[in-house]
Amino acid sequence: MKDTDIKRLLYTHLLCIFSIILSIFIPSFFLENFSILETHLTWLCICSVFVTAVNLVLYLVVKPNASSKRSSLSYKVARFLKCCIYFLMSCFFFHVIFVLYGAIIFETLQLREIPPVIYIFVFYRVTSIWENSLQITTISSFIGTWLGAFPIPLDWERPWQVWPISCTLGATFGYVAGLVISPLWIYWNRKQLTYKNN
Amino acid sequence: MQKISVLLFLAWVCFLFYAGIALFTSGFLLTRLELTNHSSCQEPPGPGSLPWGSQGKPGACWMASRFSRLVLVLIDALRFDFAHPQRSHGPGEPPVSLPFLGKLDSLQKILEIQPHHARLYQSKADPPTTTMQRLKALTTGSLPTFIDAGSNFASYAIVEDNLIKQLASAGRRVVFMGDDTWKDLFPGAFSQAFFFPSFNVRDLHTVDNGILEHLYPTMDSGKWDMLIAHFLGVDHCGHKYGPHHPEMAKKLSQMDQVIQGLVERLENDTLLVVIGDHGMTMTGDHGGDSELEISAALFLYSPKALFPGAPPEEPEIVPQISLVPTLALLLGLPIPFGNIGEVMAELFSEVEDAQPHSSALAQASALHLNAQQVSRFLHAYSAASQDLQITELHRLQNLFSNASADYQRLLQSPQGAEAALQTVITELQQFLRGVRALCIQSWARFSLGRMAGGAALMAAACFLCLLVSQWVTSPGFCFRPFLLIPMACGLAGTIVCAGLLTTTGLKLDPVVLGAVAAVGSLLPFLWKAWAGWGSKRPLAALLPIPGPVLLFLLIRFAAFFSDSFVVAEARATPFLLGSLILLLIAQLHWEGKLLPPKLLTMPRLCFPASTGPPRHSGTYALGLGVGLLLCIRLAGLFHRCPEETPACRSSPWLSPLASMVGGRAKNLWYGACVGALVALLAVVRLWLRRYSNLKSPEPSVLFVRWGLPLMVLGTAAYWALASGADEAPPRLRALVAGASVVLPRAVAVLAASGLMLLLWRPVTVLVKATTGAPRTRTVLTPFSGPPTSQADLDYVVPQIYRHMQEEFRGRLERTRSRGPLTVAAYQLGSVYSAAMVTALTLLAFPLLLLHAERVSLVFLLLFLQSFLLLHLLAAGIPITTPGPFTVPWQAVSAWALMATQTFYSMGHQPVFPAIHWHAAFVGFPEGHGSSTWLPALLVGANTFASHLLFAVGCPLLLLWPFLCESQGPRKRWQSLGNEAEARVRPEEEEEPLMEMRLRDAPHHFNAALLQLGLKYLFVLGIQILACALAASILRRHLMVWKVFAPKFIFEAVGFIVSSVGLFLGIALVMRVDGAVSSWFRQLVLAQQR
Ligand SMILES: [Zn+2]
Ligand SMILES: [Zn+2]
Repeated sequence: MKDTDIKRLLYTHLLCIFSIILSIFIPSFFLENFSILETHLTWLCICSVFVTAVNLVLYLVVKPNASSKRSSLSYKVARFLKCCIYFLMSCFFFHVIFVLYGAIIFETLQLREIPPVIYIFVFYRVTSIWENSLQITTISSFIGTWLGAFPIPLDWERPWQVWPISCTLGATFGYVAGLVISPLWIYWNRKQLTYKNN
Repeated sequence: MQKISVLLFLAWVCFLFYAGIALFTSGFLLTRLELTNHSSCQEPPGPGSLPWGSQGKPGACWMASRFSRLVLVLIDALRFDFAHPQRSHGPGEPPVSLPFLGKLDSLQKILEIQPHHARLYQSKADPPTTTMQRLKALTTGSLPTFIDAGSNFASYAIVEDNLIKQLASAGRRVVFMGDDTWKDLFPGAFSQAFFFPSFNVRDLHTVDNGILEHLYPTMDSGKWDMLIAHFLGVDHCGHKYGPHHPEMAKKLSQMDQVIQGLVERLENDTLLVVIGDHGMTMTGDHGGDSELEISAALFLYSPKALFPGAPPEEPEIVPQISLVPTLALLLGLPIPFGNIGEVMAELFSEVEDAQPHSSALAQASALHLNAQQVSRFLHAYSAASQDLQITELHRLQNLFSNASADYQRLLQSPQGAEAALQTVITELQQFLRGVRALCIQSWARFSLGRMAGGAALMAAACFLCLLVSQWVTSPGFCFRPFLLIPMACGLAGTIVCAGLLTTTGLKLDPVVLGAVAAVGSLLPFLWKAWAGWGSKRPLAALLPIPGPVLLFLLIRFAAFFSDSFVVAEARATPFLLGSLILLLIAQLHWEGKLLPPKLLTMPRLCFPASTGPPRHSGTYALGLGVGLLLCIRLAGLFHRCPEETPACRSSPWLSPLASMVGGRAKNLWYGACVGALVALLAVVRLWLRRYSNLKSPEPSVLFVRWGLPLMVLGTAAYWALASGADEAPPRLRALVAGASVVLPRAVAVLAASGLMLLLWRPVTVLVKATTGAPRTRTVLTPFSGPPTSQADLDYVVPQIYRHMQEEFRGRLERTRSRGPLTVAAYQLGSVYSAAMVTALTLLAFPLLLLHAERVSLVFLLLFLQSFLLLHLLAAGIPITTPGPFTVPWQAVSAWALMATQTFYSMGHQPVFPAIHWHAAFVGFPEGHGSSTWLPALLVGANTFASHLLFAVGCPLLLLWPFLCESQGPRKRWQSLGNEAEARVRPEEEEEPLMEMRLRDAPHHFNAALLQLGLKYLFVLGIQILACALAASILRRHLMVWKVFAPKFIFEAVGFIVSSVGLFLGIALVMRVDGAVSSWFRQLVLAQQR
């Protein structure tokens, strides 16, 4: 059962990565002048919408916690509201951190809200494996954002060195890396985790 | 471990660092004295008549002018082989085709067609081969070093005599176009100028196209006497692509066309000079002294015949600065005063008059003028500075007087043979070359050995800090042999070395002696340490720094090697600091100290389970973190932009209020600044009241209560005067002027007297003899009875102290029989940090006065954020009683980072033009007369205020966790033994011991202080080491003299200030400790009486 869970996790994560890759290529068929760097904001929106959609669909399909007794509508609504609150809170939290990190406030208002979407929409899952992978992806995308800030002062004069772009790119790379790492990590440590979770 | 040995050890480590810094600096930063004397037309350089009866002719000074106009085309980084392809391959070999070869065809063509009109030389530039230094050399004829002592640090303007100045004072019109470095070097010297930005190295065309747009129209207009065009494309192409790139071929072809166009437009009275200021390496960089960097092309062309013979097959090699005296004499100008170049005699031969005699005479007279001028300069220079070798100087002077006498004799008898003239010429040339060699030897050579030695010494000192800081808290660390033997060895080595030097007759160099002493003491120490340590433990135990902090230190270390990061350090430091703070919070969370365990339902990843009960609620630590980040963000609003980033805009709040227009805004700001002062005062007083150190009748506490408000008042009044001095009515002018002298001095004197009081009576404790409810226990430790363990016996001082207490207690017991009289001593638990905070506040006020008014907000933020950081750190540091106490690395790193961050938010930048020079005039509006140390002290205090404050405050890192003990639930003190516990009656409320825990274990306390000092020195030490390594490894880098070298100097001075501050801070804690001991003694004695 454990291994099948991990496998499912791996497949969903691969789908997520695939959706991110798609979000790079598909919009160029519909939108003129689309490129990751120049229309960065658009790409970011599309990317997060893709990831969110994939996650929602997967949630409906995979149903990580298919406990039957808690499937009443009111419970679902309550869960949904709780998720919304979590989402807003985490937005606020990350926003505060990024503002304090020296972001220009107005730019932040437009752009900074979106990466947390990636982290937060996965809050549906409560089963421990999913949660572990969520933690790993969150941490790795945060580290990615942090690392993404480093090339900014360098004088290479590349278009992606402008302020939020390198950070959001770093976040996306970190997210992808987290998606790849987390099944592997869980696989390596599965004995320990069994002990911890149950 | 005794206090004195802790201080001695710290002083010794500091000395090691200083010796390393001094050794490195002496090899890297070559210095030279700048003389401001000027040559003038009327005053010949030496006795004797001027040649050729040149006076009287129009436009002639020391010599008749040969050209009335000059076109100087400066192609940046025009290496010699760009202009002159090597023809050394044999006939069979295929010609090598490189992008930069053979592109300047027109030069070759001219040389072939008009051999008497043109010459190509290989000019040798002197290092440093950076553009600004080369431009200085090409106009002054001297050997500029990085620090030309006496130069005005606030601007790059050349103060020495130079060609441009001579031209301007002769009334010639100088038109410039090109690199805007010239704007800084010669402000206002050009009659017409077209400057283009030179900073962006990736931009190959802006400057060149800008020049080309103006070059030919200006030339045709005729409104110029000297036309300078400084092209940057070749240099930038080198930096961007390197010389082996097709782009270089295009750029050189473009330059070729420029030269062709100019040659076609030249008139008969005009000389064309095409010169490269330096070469470039294989990768296109320059700055150092390799062959490719120092060889540059020099091409001369005149429409009228200039040279008697055909050009030689292989172009002659001339020093680059030869151009200066040559051009000066050719244009009929005096040679600049500080020139040490030698005229290119060939250009002074007579072409029309084919007589060899007159040609030689003309050459000799030019050389003689040149030699006279150089000899005059040598006299002036050696009178002002001693850095030229005396014996060599005498030899050269003799050579010159002989040659001069020969020359005069030949002038008297003009029928003299040509051979005699040639001898004179040779003698004069020998003299001039000797002088140049002498100057190069003392001014223009990096000493790689010294640089490496200095860096190695600093690295060894860092290693030593790491080793001992790890070692000092381990039991059984015996200190004295480790200190005494190395010191004896070092001293012996120094004496031997000094003896050797004096016996061999060499000059005693204090830098070398210091380095010998340092190495001599370091080696025995390391050897003994190896014997003591290496046998026992694995070397891996030497690296106690936790991973994340190591990562931060590594990032910081690496950042010094990138010019972009050095320039952006003002933004990068808050980023790192913020990350470190987030990491601290995350660590607290992982260790389970942030949230109560029941909230931690989510399974954690792989982190160890919580080790102890949470001491603080989560919101508390989170609030601290957010507050800290907020403070850092607010402090980031005060920033001064580096000049390298033109898009950045400096904060307007760093300028003084007096520069503001608009009364209302000014008044509001003034109110805000005074508010910041009052808030600072209130925060400190509130803190002292919180730990109830404000009730003591001690003089230093009284000073805090009454003296500090007085200082605030004085500062506010001074600001009011300074910001509104111009608006004062005339009657009050004298009063205002007097007050602006008196007020800052009064504040400084108040602060100094407060510090003196603090040093005299540092114990701020209120002793109350209370009657009534008997409190048998004061905050004194309740230990009594025989020592329970061997560890207790180790501490002799606590034994005495406990004995005293016991006796004291016995007295109390006896007195109680007569009546309930007992002694309560308040605030003993915060006695160390109270003294530290008071000292810091007293230090901060005079420093604050040296800054612009609105920087007071930064000072307020500084205090707030260091309080917050200390609280946050204290939440993560466990109190280990009875020791050993340690301060974790993250605390020390965060503290050092915060010092750097505050340095920037106080409006400083590590470059010389950004120094706040106006600080020298606070309290001395009329200047300082001849004294130089006082303004230097004031400016230094202004620049390194944050280094000083944070270094002095460093012991707070050790004290604060104990201070925070009182905030937590008042636990019983159980660790010292059950016996004592048994004596405590259950209903009795225990006072938290706080800092008295430190006093109870003096050995551990001293060891912890030493460890703290060594850790801080280590963190600072790797910064200075990184700067030194960056400056020496990247000495070829484009930015070495603009970014790396100034950064090294600032970091070095900052290190010295910080280490002195650290020493003082630790000494202050020890002084308080001593005073507390004597206070106890007095208390016991008083009770016995
Ligand atoms: Zn140059
Ligand atoms: Zn260059």
